[in-house]
Amino acid sequence: MSIRQQDFIRRMPEASYDLRRRRSIWKVIHLDPLLLLLLLLLTSFGLVVLYSASEGSFSMMKRQIVFFLVAYTGMFAVAQIRLDYFARWSLLFYLGTLILLVLVLVWGVGAKGAQRWLSLGAFRFQPAEMMKLAMPIAIAAYLSTKTLPPRFKHVCWSLVLIALPTVLIIRQPDLGTSILVATSGLIVLFYAGLRWRYIFSALSLLLLSIWPMWHYVLHDYQRRRVLTLFNPEADKLGAGWNIIQSKTAIGSGGFDGKGWLQGTQSHLDFLPESHTDFIIAVLGEEFGFLGVSLLLILYLLIIARGLYIALNAQDSFRRLLAGSITLTFFVYIFVNIGMVSGLLPVVGVPLPLVSLGGTSLVTLMFGFGLLMGISTEPQRISINR
Amino acid sequence: MQENQHFKNHHDEARIFTHRVMVTSGLIVILALILLVRYYSLQIIDYKNYATQSDNNRILVQTVSPQRGLIFDVNGALLADNRPSYILSLVPENIPNLDETIAVLRGLITITDKHIEEFHKSIGGNRRPYQSIPLRYRLTEEEIARIAVNEYRLPGIEVEAQLVRDYPEGEWFAHSVGYVGKINDSEWNQFDEEQTLRYQGVHTIGKIGLEKYYEDVLFGEVGYRHVEINARMRVLRTLEQQNPVPGKNLHLYIDSRLQKTAYAAMAGRRGAIVAIDVQTGGILAIVSSPSYDPNLFVTGISYDDYKALRDSLDIPLFDRAIQGRYPPASTIKPMFGLVGLSEKVISKSYKIFDPGYYQLENDERLYRDWKRDGHGIVNIHKAIVQSSDTFFYDLAFRMGIDRIFRFGSEFGFGQYTGVDLPSERRGLWPSREWKQAVRRLPWFPGDTLNVGIGQGDALATPLQLAVMVSTIANRGKHLKPQMVKAIDDQLVVPEVLNYIEVDDQYWDFIFNAMHDVVHSANGTARRIGYGATYKIAGKTGTAQVVGIKQDERYDSDALRERHRDHGLFVGFAPLDDPQIAIAVIVENGESGSGSAAPVARQLFDAHLLGKYLQPAVAVSEVKP
Repeated sequence: MSIRQQDFIRRMPEASYDLRRRRSIWKVIHLDPLLLLLLLLLTSFGLVVLYSASEGSFSMMKRQIVFFLVAYTGMFAVAQIRLDYFARWSLLFYLGTLILLVLVLVWGVGAKGAQRWLSLGAFRFQPAEMMKLAMPIAIAAYLSTKTLPPRFKHVCWSLVLIALPTVLIIRQPDLGTSILVATSGLIVLFYAGLRWRYIFSALSLLLLSIWPMWHYVLHDYQRRRVLTLFNPEADKLGAGWNIIQSKTAIGSGGFDGKGWLQGTQSHLDFLPESHTDFIIAVLGEEFGFLGVSLLLILYLLIIARGLYIALNAQDSFRRLLAGSITLTFFVYIFVNIGMVSGLLPVVGVPLPLVSLGGTSLVTLMFGFGLLMGISTEPQRISINR
Repeated sequence: MQENQHFKNHHDEARIFTHRVMVTSGLIVILALILLVRYYSLQIIDYKNYATQSDNNRILVQTVSPQRGLIFDVNGALLADNRPSYILSLVPENIPNLDETIAVLRGLITITDKHIEEFHKSIGGNRRPYQSIPLRYRLTEEEIARIAVNEYRLPGIEVEAQLVRDYPEGEWFAHSVGYVGKINDSEWNQFDEEQTLRYQGVHTIGKIGLEKYYEDVLFGEVGYRHVEINARMRVLRTLEQQNPVPGKNLHLYIDSRLQKTAYAAMAGRRGAIVAIDVQTGGILAIVSSPSYDPNLFVTGISYDDYKALRDSLDIPLFDRAIQGRYPPASTIKPMFGLVGLSEKVISKSYKIFDPGYYQLENDERLYRDWKRDGHGIVNIHKAIVQSSDTFFYDLAFRMGIDRIFRFGSEFGFGQYTGVDLPSERRGLWPSREWKQAVRRLPWFPGDTLNVGIGQGDALATPLQLAVMVSTIANRGKHLKPQMVKAIDDQLVVPEVLNYIEVDDQYWDFIFNAMHDVVHSANGTARRIGYGATYKIAGKTGTAQVVGIKQDERYDSDALRERHRDHGLFVGFAPLDDPQIAIAVIVENGESGSGSAAPVARQLFDAHLLGKYLQPAVAVSEVKP
């Protein structure tokens, strides 16, 4: 790691007028104005929905606003850090998080038969959430030092890096997060140019492993969730209740919804988890198809901006990282919106930036901090040899 | 590491990345579209379904039960009342440990295994979560207090008041007023949608008697309350309310003093009495003895009690007055005499010699008179007063079955009387067609003779006999018998079924004959004429008990007792201005004059002179 590519980058003499032009304030404070605007719009909309979902609970709103302040501050701070540092310390960050994941299994606290939290006095956090960032940074940093597309050997090492935390998180057990963590790593591999033949063989293997997975790996409650997806009516008052009620909430919203604070499904407690994982059902009920479309458009604009930043990043590390963060964000969205509407099994994935919850919010905003950093770094022109 | 740098092609890497971003962008667009289509299908295409489902979730239509109408006798005495009763119910969802809660409750109040069994049956049934299920009815004040004190350790229990039917006169009106009882499964299954909604909050329905016949009138109209509830079934607000219309009160012709006098006169014997107001057809008293306490049925009778009633040899649950079918015996002789005279089959002076039997040509069989040696020379007057069978064999033979059938039908035999009570039976008034259809046999002249003395195939209910004698008292005006005089303040107009056209002289003649039955030295009912300050017209009857079908498991003593003849009496009074017509049957009373006629006299005295009697013993006492 002694010689890195930026050592070969020089400013071109012809570009000197670029330097003379006044640098915009956004570049100085390392914020991407378009992305920031979209995030602000989204989080405000999210707060409006949460206000309704929480029955106007002042303490819940206060908590979420504090989370937002922390998250935006974190994002701002992360954006200031030079990306090179992340690349340089990626392995350490990764290993540190891995150790925390081991500690969770030993000393973790949690509820409902799952051990997910580490408690440090009053402060509680989920190491699995940290891994959502540590993983793509580590893989991106590792692969960007290699020739791309990655060779078989490097693919294997990457897979080991992905597998270790995934297995640890499955043991908690937290299937949803483990899938998302693994996905964020795999996405890096994909963007690095993983050959299609590897991809297709892996997909076929996956299909073949469904049967043994179903019988030997999945827990009873996980199997029930999948079965419930296909036939929620079979267990109306048990596992099917959530899906039936969320579909009812969404469907009864119609085109333009029942109106803010007017959702009967959520306000009369028919809808479970209405302020966390199932919050889009509240939105669907109160703002209708219009509201859902608006939310989806906001999300897609953020993703478009993220991919734009990735495409314009200077080197492979930044490209892979930006691409992975953005695509992982979409995976969250798709899984959550899909599961609440009965398209996917119910796994514990919150609706990004809208659901109540601190850890996931902070992790996501750190990710956007990275995107902003990548977007606003002083442009360097690499010399192609 | 260094060697890698040599081969690293930044341009290619960027190109590959761009390509991959294109692929993922395409994927994102496709997946986003899938989501959009999903939400479109839920929110636009299936909107109506889900909107309905959402309303079904939150809006509960509660029925507001109207107060059931009351039932009064002719003097305004209350026969059916509503009283508050306290019910203990549980909400299983709010109870952490159901068995423990029930165990605690058992320590406080009486809860039988039957209650618990019923309760568990209801839990298993079709119900919404958080819907309360009744465990115990009729809590006493003390039990309510005990529950209240221990409420802190009994989460999810409710004590609520509900109006429950009460019959203050108890057994004296068990058959006629009837009772309401818990709606059973087969009744629920037969309900249409409207009825299901209507009985949701009531749990009881009229089972027999007026309670059943006038169910719709007494029930009123159910009100509705649309309430918004949350997922825990807590009512948050009322969205819409439509008040119930209370049920209408029934005012009966029945005089409960006369009714009780009738029970007192029966003194626990098996039998039936029907007393009719001659002018209107209103039923003044209708008695089936023995009786039982209808209050037992209101909140569910215990199995032991029910079994005792059901298995009693005296079949108290059976309403003899409108369902018991007895041979009318000699009580129909005045009617036949009337028809014979009116149809000119015989004249007032037509005589026969009665040797104690009657014989048909070409038939060796002797049709015997009840009096072994016969009545000697008999005309129609004497035949009624002394109840000569031989004369009526002859008369029946002369009239022929077709004429007997036609006229009997006009007096109501073999027909439903149309009384406003459920489950009335119509007896049997035989005809050629009937015998051919049912017995697949031709009509024999001997059959006609048996019908001529009210035996053979002829069967009538006590109510039919009362209607018949009332029609005679009314000189042919055949009124429909009627229990209810007014619904609220709306009078029920008496209904004339038909007029029987008979010359006045014949009515006078028959009245006179019936008068002499009671008030002449040779009259069969002369014993009840003694000391009467008014004139009674009547006719006794003694019906042979052919066989007892209802039950065959009794000992020989009881058997012997139950093979005795039934005693019958029909009559009306006062003779000049008939007010009350009565039919009395005393099962196994041996003779009409000895058993049934004195009962009628007591009723006449009560109604005309105000000499009411109180039944001394509760006739509902069940003999095992």
